[in-house]
Amino acid sequence: MGKDAGPEERPKWDNKAQYLLTCIGFAVGIGNVWRFPYLCQIYGGGAFLIPYLIALVFEGLPLLFLELAVGQRLRKGSVGVWKTINPVIGGVGIGCLIVSFLVGVFYNTILAWVLWYFFHSFQEPLPWSTCPLNESRTDYNLECKKSTPVNYFWYRETLNITPDIEISGSVEWGMVICLASAWCIVYICFIKGIDSMGKAVYVTSTFPYLVLTIFLIRALTLPGATDGLLYLFTPDWQTLKNPRVWLDAATQIFFSLSVAFGGLISFSSYNEEKNNCERDAVLVGVINSATSLYASIPVFSILGFKATTALNACKDENILALTNHFEFSDQNITLQNYDYWYEYLNTTYPGKFQSLSLRECDLQKLLKQVLTPSYSTGLAFIVFTEAVISMPGSQVWAVLFFVMLFSLGLSSMFGNIEGVLSPLNELKLLPRWIPKELTSAIICLISFLVALLFTLSSGNYWVEVFNGYVGSVPLLIIALFEIIGVIYFRGMKTFSDDIYIMTGKRPNIFWKACWMVISPLLLLVVFVAYVIVQAQTRPTYQAWNPDYEKFPETEQKLYPDWVFAIIILLCVVPVISIPLVALYQLLRACRTLASLRSPRRRSRLRFPVKR
Amino acid sequence: MIAYADFKIESLAYFSKKMPNHVRWVLQQIKSRIERLNALFRPVMHYNCSAHHEGTNMTEEASNISSDTAAYPWSKNEMFLFRAALAFAMRDYTNGEEFGVSDIHPCDETKRVSFWFVVTRPNTTDLVDKGTVEMAIKKSRNRINGAFLLTDQTLEFDGIYPTLAAPVSPDTPPWLIVFGVVMGAVSVGIIALLAYPLVQRKLKKNKDADDEDSDEETGVKTAEIGANDGIYNSTFSDDERFTQM
Repeated sequence: MGKDAGPEERPKWDNKAQYLLTCIGFAVGIGNVWRFPYLCQIYGGGAFLIPYLIALVFEGLPLLFLELAVGQRLRKGSVGVWKTINPVIGGVGIGCLIVSFLVGVFYNTILAWVLWYFFHSFQEPLPWSTCPLNESRTDYNLECKKSTPVNYFWYRETLNITPDIEISGSVEWGMVICLASAWCIVYICFIKGIDSMGKAVYVTSTFPYLVLTIFLIRALTLPGATDGLLYLFTPDWQTLKNPRVWLDAATQIFFSLSVAFGGLISFSSYNEEKNNCERDAVLVGVINSATSLYASIPVFSILGFKATTALNACKDENILALTNHFEFSDQNITLQNYDYWYEYLNTTYPGKFQSLSLRECDLQKLLKQVLTPSYSTGLAFIVFTEAVISMPGSQVWAVLFFVMLFSLGLSSMFGNIEGVLSPLNELKLLPRWIPKELTSAIICLISFLVALLFTLSSGNYWVEVFNGYVGSVPLLIIALFEIIGVIYFRGMKTFSDDIYIMTGKRPNIFWKACWMVISPLLLLVVFVAYVIVQAQTRPTYQAWNPDYEKFPETEQKLYPDWVFAIIILLCVVPVISIPLVALYQLLRACRTLASLRSPRRRSRLRFPVKR
Repeated sequence: MIAYADFKIESLAYFSKKMPNHVRWVLQQIKSRIERLNALFRPVMHYNCSAHHEGTNMTEEASNISSDTAAYPWSKNEMFLFRAALAFAMRDYTNGEEFGVSDIHPCDETKRVSFWFVVTRPNTTDLVDKGTVEMAIKKSRNRINGAFLLTDQTLEFDGIYPTLAAPVSPDTPPWLIVFGVVMGAVSVGIIALLAYPLVQRKLKKNKDADDEDSDEETGVKTAEIGANDGIYNSTFSDDERFTQM
C-alpha cells in the first residue's frame, strides 16, 4: 500500500482462498477444540447438537452474512462502515475497537502459555510427568504429591499462582519472554498488513486440520477411545428440556463465529465488490461448526483413553493393597478377574475388606471426573498434557498439539489485530506519514505492556476475568446494535439492493426473516438470560490454594469489591461509546438545525456538509 | 539341639517384647511357590515368628489359588541369594564385621513371597537392632535390587522408603534453547521484512540515477513508479489517464 499523493488504495487479497482461509482461521480458534467438546459432554452428548445447529442456522449465519455483506459493500473498516450508514451509530465501531483490543490482549496471553508448553516439550522426560523433589531430597515436593505432577507444573512452575486474586505476587520472567515471543510472532505476521498476513494464513489455518487428522488417527487406536466416544455421542434427550442448554448453545455459536469484533467487516472490505458473500458466509459458518465436531472426536478419544488409564491405575492400586493384605501370591488378582475377587473378598471377609478403604474404580465416574465441571482456560493444559504422558512418543504428540493450538490461536489473533488497526486508521488518530509497519509495532508494544498484568503471579485469575466478561456481554450488545443499525438505519430495501449489486440476487425470505425478527429476538433473549444468570449469584472464581483444607480441590472464592468494579467497567466501557457517540451526533444535529433556524444567521445559510 | 532351639526361641520372644527388632520384608509382584524352609545351617531356624507380628496367616486359604502367568521363580536358592545379599549389606555398613549367610534368619514365609527376617551378629546370637539393619539396607539398596534384577517398586522393604534419585538438571534449561531458536528466527524475519523494501528502494534509486540520461517518456516512468510502490488497482488501469506523447 503506497502513500501516494492520490487517495489511499485499499489493500486487496491476492486470491479468494486467502480471504476464506483468513475468515475461517478467525472463526476457528482454541475454543473450537476445547469449549465445544466440553459443552457437548455436559449437555448430554449427541443431543446438544440440536440446539447448536438451530442456533447456527438462525443466529450465526445471518449475523455472519450481515457483517460480510456490509463490509464488502461499504468497503470500510468497522468504524467507517457504521459512520457511513448513519453517524448516530458510529459508536458501534469504536466499541468493536475496544473489544478487539481487550480480547487480543488476553488471548495472546493464552498463546504465550501455549508457547511455554511448546518450549518445554523438547525435554526427555516431559517436565510435567514427574514431581520434583523437596529440599531435603527425601520425598517428592509436598504440593506436587498432594495434587498431580501435571497440576503442579501448570499452577506452580508455569504460573506460580498465588492463592488469591488480591495477592499479586511478582512478574514471572519466564512468562514475560514467552509473551514477548508471542507478540513478536503476531507482529511478524502482521508487519505488512494483509500482505504478510495473507501468506501466513496459508499455514496457520490449514496446519491445525492436518494435526487434528493425525491426532484422530492416533487417538482412535488408543485403548479406551471407544468409551470416550460413546460417552460423548450418547444422546441424553432430557437435557433439551433445560433452558440453560439452549442459552449455552446460542452463546457458544455466537462467540465461536467471532462476529461483532469488527475484524470480519475489515476482511470482507478488502474483497472485490462483486463477490458472492452469501456463499462465503454459509461456508465459513458451516466449516466452523464442522471443525468443532471434527475436533471433538480425537479430544474425546484421548479423554476416554485417559479415563481408562486412570481406571487401570486405580485397579492396580487396589490389587496391590488386596494382595498385600490378604497375602495372596502375586498375579492371582489381575485386571481381568478383578471384579470377581472384589466381590468374593468383600462378601467373605467384610471386616478386613472395609478396613482397607479401597478407592472406587468406576469408569463412568472417571470419565465425568476427567472433564471437571469448573471450566477454565487451564483445562487444555492439564487434561491434554496428562493424556500425552501416557502415549508412547510423548514429545512428538506434545509438540504437535501445542503447535496446533498456537496456529489456531494465531489465526484468531489476526482478526483481533485487524479489528484494532483498521478502525484506528479510519479514525485518523495517527498522522499519515507513519508507515503501517510502525503502527502495527506500536499496537503490539502497547498490547504487550498491558498484557504484562497477566504475567503476574495472579495473572491467570485476571485472564479468567477478561475471558468471562469482556468476551461476552459487550459482544452481544454490539451484535444487537449491528443488526438494528443495518436493518433499521440503512433499511432493508437498501441492504437488499446492496446484496443484489454484490451477488446478483436479492436475499431470500429466510435471510430477511432472520435479520428483521429472529436474530435480534434471539440475541435479545440470550443477552437478557445471560445477564440474569450472571446477576443471580455473586461472581466467584476458583483459586489454587495449597493451604486449603480440601486441597487439591480448588477453593471457590468471591471476587473482592474492587475486582467486581473492574468487571463492571470491562462490561460497560466497550459499549459506552455507542450511546455517547449517538448523543454527540444528536447534539450536533440539533445545533446545526438550531443554527439554520436562527434569524441572525439567516443571511449566511450554511448547509450542513453531507456525510 | 532341641534345648538349644528352645533357648533360641525364648530369647527371640524376650527380645521381641522389649524392642521390635526385626524387619518385615515384602516382595511385590513376585509369584511364589510354597517351599518349606528346609533345614539351614543352624537347626534352630524354625522360629515361631507369629509371636512378633499380629494378623492371622491366610496362607491356608490362599494355597488353593492357581497362578497363570509366569512370575519371579522363588526357591530356596533365591532365599540363599537374598541372605547373601543382606550379609553383604551388613558387612558393607559395619565396615568389615564378618557377617555370614548364617546370620540372616528369615521366617514366616508366605506364598505372597513375604517374610520376616532377623539378623544376628556373627558368631553370636545377639540380634542386631532394627535401626542398623535399616541403614545397612538403605545404603546397599541398589545392590540388593540388582542381585534380583528388581527395582524399588517390585522389591519392597516394609518401612524403608527408597531414597529418590536426584533429578537431572542441565546447565541451560532446554526450553531456553528452543526459545532462543524461535526468537532468533522471528527477529531475523522481522529485520529482513523491514529492511527489504528499503534495500529495494535504494537499488531502485541507483538504477534510476544510471538511467536518467536515457530518454524515456515521463509518462511511462510515472506509471512504472506508481505500479511498484503500491497495490495495482485494476479500477484505474485506464491508459488514457496519461497524456499521449
